[in-house]
Amino acid sequence: METKSMKQHMGIRAANTISNTIIHVLLIIISVIWLIPFVCIVLQSLRVESTWQVGYIIPQKWGLDNYRNLLNTNFPKWYLNTLITALVTAALQTIIVLCMSYTLSRFRFKLRKPLMKFMLILGLFPGMLTMIILYRVLKDLGLTQANAVPGLILVYIASSGMGYYVSKGFFDTIPKSLDEAARIDGATRAQVLVKIILPLAGSIVIYTLLTAFMGPWGDYVFASYISFGNSSGMNVAVGMYNWLTPDQINNNYTMFCAGGVVVAIPVVILFMCLQKYYVEGVTGGAVKG
Amino acid sequence: MKKYSDLEYLRLSKWNKFTYRFLSFFASIPTAIWNGIKSIGLWFKKAGLAIAGEAKDIVQTFIEGDWKTKLSYLVMGFGNIARGQVLRGLLFLLFEVVFIGYMILAGIYWMSMLPSLGVVGPHREYNELLDTYVTVYGDNSFKILLYGVLTMFFIVAFIYTWRLNVKQNKIAEGILKSGKKLKSGKDDLRSLVDDQFHKTLLALPLTGILIFTVMPLVFMILVAFTNYDGTHDGFSNNLFTWVGLENFNTMLHWTGGGSTNYSATFGEVLSWTLMWAFFATFTNYFLGMAVAMMINKKGIRLKKVWRTILVMTIAIPQYISLLYVSKMFAKNGIINGLLLDWGWISKALPFWEDPTWARCTVIGINIWIGIPYLMLIATGILMNIPADLYESAKIDGASGWQQYSKITLPYMLFVTGPYLLTSFTSNINNFNVIFLLTGGAPINTSASGAAGSVGYTDLLITWLFKITTGAESKYYLASVIGILVFVIMAIITLVVYGVLPSIKNEEDFQ
Repeated sequence: METKSMKQHMGIRAANTISNTIIHVLLIIISVIWLIPFVCIVLQSLRVESTWQVGYIIPQKWGLDNYRNLLNTNFPKWYLNTLITALVTAALQTIIVLCMSYTLSRFRFKLRKPLMKFMLILGLFPGMLTMIILYRVLKDLGLTQANAVPGLILVYIASSGMGYYVSKGFFDTIPKSLDEAARIDGATRAQVLVKIILPLAGSIVIYTLLTAFMGPWGDYVFASYISFGNSSGMNVAVGMYNWLTPDQINNNYTMFCAGGVVVAIPVVILFMCLQKYYVEGVTGGAVKG
Repeated sequence: MKKYSDLEYLRLSKWNKFTYRFLSFFASIPTAIWNGIKSIGLWFKKAGLAIAGEAKDIVQTFIEGDWKTKLSYLVMGFGNIARGQVLRGLLFLLFEVVFIGYMILAGIYWMSMLPSLGVVGPHREYNELLDTYVTVYGDNSFKILLYGVLTMFFIVAFIYTWRLNVKQNKIAEGILKSGKKLKSGKDDLRSLVDDQFHKTLLALPLTGILIFTVMPLVFMILVAFTNYDGTHDGFSNNLFTWVGLENFNTMLHWTGGGSTNYSATFGEVLSWTLMWAFFATFTNYFLGMAVAMMINKKGIRLKKVWRTILVMTIAIPQYISLLYVSKMFAKNGIINGLLLDWGWISKALPFWEDPTWARCTVIGINIWIGIPYLMLIATGILMNIPADLYESAKIDGASGWQQYSKITLPYMLFVTGPYLLTSFTSNINNFNVIFLLTGGAPINTSASGAAGSVGYTDLLITWLFKITTGAESKYYLASVIGILVFVIMAIITLVVYGVLPSIKNEEDFQ
């Protein structure tokens, strides 16, 4: 009797080891698939012998020529444009999103529900639709093409209040009794926000900053509308996209890879450092809907 | 169909239960749509009653009010100033002066031009000084429409403020009658960081949304009823004007005449868009869940490493990763190069050249981009499932598959229901993946009659982009597509929320 149950036990353990081994193998395969493109892009950026696409991965001649060539193009200017846009947008958008989400989470005013419904409906329209008119208006104001950076920042932050869902979900989880206790002690609403809620909201502030930074860092559509073919107003996405058009790809393919590496490295480092906060925000946001 | 009570339902066999749920889902769709329409009707009724109530209150306030109140109907803020609330009164007065000034100087002109969108277009005129014909520019349709919309918003804002002004008089009278003191300007300012703090906080975000989203949307919706395009740009080429529902007829083609190019193309693009959204959402959902379960399984090592590797696709900007991957799959790209080298294939695979290949490749690569998000979300949720559920299931002898289908999957579906909806709708508008991978290619030659050189992998949203940036710039068609996308999204949202029984009460979380 005892030996039988022992055998069964051993059987389960053996099955477990086998299934764990299979899963480990699967995970290794998945990781390889996930990493291949990134490994390729780094290797191609170091290839010197030709600038066009080739059918092999390992370069025959290694060198940093592609990175050096980047400096002879408008790339540094684009990079600066993108950096300024992303930093300013991140700061301002975070303030706007926090104002919006904190208010909708904490205050109960008459127009609150209608406002949230209205923004839900607005969100169903494709955002690109408004670009047609925004481009013309910004053009009249002189905020397009060469001056695209301030125009672009304006477009990014102006409607960012509509993306309040994740941080509202976060504020909803901070107990209201904290606010009420402070109010009884005579704090104004503004003092409650600054002295009690904000110190508790560190993780959501970092999450909002991170996503607000990564949005403009990788945006193509709006940037291409606003810069409208003017090279000095482009961000990296628009500028580098043009390197891969059929008539340019043969000259600029490896340079695109080099540029991609230069663009990706800071944001990957940032992301890896702040990954914890990102995961918190994404999971919280999805669960609360 | 027959409705079962709970007891009867539980007695059904497994298969019958499934068909019953399936049928009742579709049987409930008409009711859900009907409820949606009904709620819109009810909303209008409520709005009408509210306006009638306001009107009655305005008249009553005028009859019962003293002379200060009565004068306030004409001079806004007079009542406030006369009763000592100088700050509020001055703000009202200032708004009235600005409004009247704007209307006289500009507003009336823009409003009067709105019905025609301009009469005098650009034309050649003889200039005596130069002794030659020069181009003279007339009205500007674009500006007329833009400022017309702006003026309409201004008028609505004025009516609202005027109503507020009347209401304040009534309230102030009431307070004074009961012998209390009115709030001073100082009190008003202080309440902006206290009782009325929400107004301070919302002022900036809502202004931004109003100016950069609401007004442009109203403008673009109106454009769908005009012939605004590259050749009718409203100023330097030709004026544009109202054309009624003609553009919608071009796109959907419900009456005879004209070509059916657009309606056929629209149907094709729409069906691919929905197909794409379905596959993109559900492949990611189930594969992401599977990966999360593999990583979280007991006895799996290096959990953090696997997660970090997957998350790389989120961290790296999509235009780099997607553009690069799209070149990897190109005819002369690395994938084809290696496969040819190894002798696995004899000629390059048509990843982007063949419609079916392209569509499958796009969905496949989207898995590469999308799984990490789902992996993160599923990990969070899986950890929340009480472990004792699994323990008791194991004691009862449930197999791994049974544990999954009876515990994990229902729990996941319950918690992520709303997320599935938003991810479906955002996939309908997933511009990045399609545009960066294929740009819509391969070109659909049978749809060449429609603007924007539509391809087999084009979604409605990428088609919209192509139309606006293409040679002809048919903005009115872009606008029609945008409105139709909205209608589709609204229908999906309404139906899903009507059918899903559990719309969560947000107060439960607090």
